[in-house]
Amino acid sequence: MAGVSPLLSLKNINVTFGGVRALKGVSFEVNPGEVHCLAGENGCGKSTLIKVITGVYRPQLGAQFTFDGKLIATMTPNLAQSLGIQVIWQDLALFGEMSVAENISFQLAVKGKYGLVDKRAIEEAARKALARLGVSLDLHLPLKELPIAQRQIVAIARALVGEARLVFMDEPTASLTQSEADYLIGIVRNLSDSGVAVVFVSHRLAEVLEISHRITVLRDGSMVGVYPVEGMTQSRVTELMTGRNFDSAVIAADHVDAPVVLSVRNLTRDGEFSNVSFDIRQGETLGITGLLGAGRTELALTLFGMRRPHSGEIIVEGQRVSFASNRDAIRAGIAYLSEDRLSLGLNQPQSIADNLVMASLDRILVGGLISSRRKAEVVSRWISELAVKIGKPHDPIRTLSGGNQQRVAIAKWLAIGPKILILDAPTVGVDVGARAGIFEIVRKLAAEGLSIVIISDEPPEVYFNADRVVHMADGCFKSVYDPRQISLTELESAVYA
Amino acid sequence: MRRLIQSKPTELTLLAVTVLLCLGLSVGTDRFLTIANAFDVLNVSAVNIIFAVGLLVVLISGGIDISFAVAASVVQYVTVLALLTLGGGNWAVGFIIAGCVGMGLGLINAFLIYRLQIISIVATISTFNVFFGLLMFVTKGVSIYNLPDWLATRFVFFEHEMADGSWIELTLPVVVMILCCIATSFMISRTTTGRKLYAFGDNPEGARRFGINIAAMHYVSFGWLGLMAGIAGLMQAHYAQEVVPNALYGRELDVLAATVLGGARLGGGKGSVLGCVLGVLLVSITQNGLNLMGVSPFAFKMIVGAIILAAITLSSTRFDKLLPKALQNSVRKGNHRS
Repeated sequence: MAGVSPLLSLKNINVTFGGVRALKGVSFEVNPGEVHCLAGENGCGKSTLIKVITGVYRPQLGAQFTFDGKLIATMTPNLAQSLGIQVIWQDLALFGEMSVAENISFQLAVKGKYGLVDKRAIEEAARKALARLGVSLDLHLPLKELPIAQRQIVAIARALVGEARLVFMDEPTASLTQSEADYLIGIVRNLSDSGVAVVFVSHRLAEVLEISHRITVLRDGSMVGVYPVEGMTQSRVTELMTGRNFDSAVIAADHVDAPVVLSVRNLTRDGEFSNVSFDIRQGETLGITGLLGAGRTELALTLFGMRRPHSGEIIVEGQRVSFASNRDAIRAGIAYLSEDRLSLGLNQPQSIADNLVMASLDRILVGGLISSRRKAEVVSRWISELAVKIGKPHDPIRTLSGGNQQRVAIAKWLAIGPKILILDAPTVGVDVGARAGIFEIVRKLAAEGLSIVIISDEPPEVYFNADRVVHMADGCFKSVYDPRQISLTELESAVYA
Repeated sequence: MRRLIQSKPTELTLLAVTVLLCLGLSVGTDRFLTIANAFDVLNVSAVNIIFAVGLLVVLISGGIDISFAVAASVVQYVTVLALLTLGGGNWAVGFIIAGCVGMGLGLINAFLIYRLQIISIVATISTFNVFFGLLMFVTKGVSIYNLPDWLATRFVFFEHEMADGSWIELTLPVVVMILCCIATSFMISRTTTGRKLYAFGDNPEGARRFGINIAAMHYVSFGWLGLMAGIAGLMQAHYAQEVVPNALYGRELDVLAATVLGGARLGGGKGSVLGCVLGVLLVSITQNGLNLMGVSPFAFKMIVGAIILAAITLSSTRFDKLLPKALQNSVRKGNHRS
């Protein structure tokens, strides 16, 4: 890209919040039509940088800001809009009850002549924006009827109506399945081909490497560097983001001598999964991977007693069980870490301590009442055992980082003394650096004799952390692999095939 | 047609329920299915429909109001006292006073909710008590019977004697109700302000990021409801030919139920004038039918409650959920990817 003058150029950006330096001398440059990835762990300053560029925050003196060759003295949100700088936030900020057309042309819908809505102009603009993306959608459908991937497209089209020249996309693929994400990536390519620059923020490094031209890495508010994507690998990016080197090695081992803890025979739930059979031995870790919609979570919920199988058997320690609810499953020693930590796994406004003892309340009762002494014992035991970094046990759990929240969520289940722990997407919303910590815990628990099932979208997670890896697709166990006898690439191509 | 079904499923279900109810009633009683009776139902429903379209605007913007019916009582009292002091006045003066006082009371609610950050249900339960308490305290519960002549005289736009000797009448409240419906419908679906109200009710944070004036949204929605409540109060006084301080007490829940029945969502972003009208009419038709069938008035509330429950279940539950399990799956596979 030599010889091209950058569309956006920032130099020497410093931002301080209450004495904490959020950005330290950061530079950032985007070329016209480029797809540029902004990478870094949560809290590294990515969103602060986006807010500086869109005029929400003002950098300290000495910053230099040019857009399209012109020096910008003070950026404001209005100026950013009129220059064509658009942000697609992670939550999209769309209106569920309104039609697709109204969502796309919302700026026109609220700025009509004489205060009247011009329906024709709205539809015309929406149609044009979609055509530019090469997509056709029913303009009259209420937005809430669309799947998430298409809502993303509506949000992108909305940016185009605003004459976008530079679009920021914050974690656009976080809630998409693989094929939807691929589709979205195609759309981003179209956008970039038509001359719009895209700044992409994503945790999924594979797609970052696939789509971007260059990567800017931030760490702790400082610039690590700008790298062309050629020759980059996921592990190199991770290393740059975290400043640490994660040596991944297969840990798979045989457990043939250990007793079988859980057996599943021909388990079936119509329309969700069928004929699933497997054994897990004590201290063994089983990894299940596959695309979203393969029936993984449905299987886990059935093992956890929240759904009833239509046929097949679940055998726990040689006893055939039939769970009427998850209370029975918990009693039988099965624990399930929900894939949705924010709304299902933890009670966000409640304290760390209350969340931690949520599943084991009956163990801290004295005379039918909660004993605060026993509660404190349980809490301090697990906080230290899992090395959770907290302020006070009484702080609300939402004040913790994703990684530490996940540790508390795991501790909540460990406190009931389970035999089998099912971890559904344990690293969603957890930083790359903190993920390794979660898996360290998993390995330690397995070594202590707990049987573990790890469910994950990302083949590497199960490949490096499980004794056996199951590829699940369309509700069936397609194949079972031993990570020692297959390469990661082979596993990934099987899953994404 | 497909688009209509897609965009207005609640309204269509409600319409179907109403038609079924009418069919049942016309078989059950011979006097139900007459034009005269249809006009009767309209005349009786007019005031509630005016309330309902006002409340609709507040619900769309994500708020709720409990105080509007007693606010209308306050409006009636203040308006009639003012008119008597002015020496009589006329329709124009009456509408202006009622509209302004009503809007003023609505703006008080908006102020409490926006500036003092009190959630709307709590704020309006408080003003409900304040408005009603003040009214009863100041008036000592005394009604006004000597309304100005123009207000107490029935104002009929059109009347016609039917062959069977019954009369059809198009009265002022019905005409005013139609105008209120048209105005509200225009405001919420054709003006940018209306679209902003929907957007704000749908996703307040999203609306804020677009730079929508949040204060204005509160004042417009509660001001509009206040205006409608004022007009409805005046129409109710005209219809009853008296002002009784507690005449409208309790009306808020009937109107709220009818509006939600009509597809407005508690929580914002959704609802239509057509739905409101159908919601109110369904309740009125039920009462009218029960009356004609000679059912004890003591049973009315119970039956109306049951009808509301049935209608709201039908319109809020997806039909395939009511089907047996086996059929359900095939429906889901057919038209829905999950």
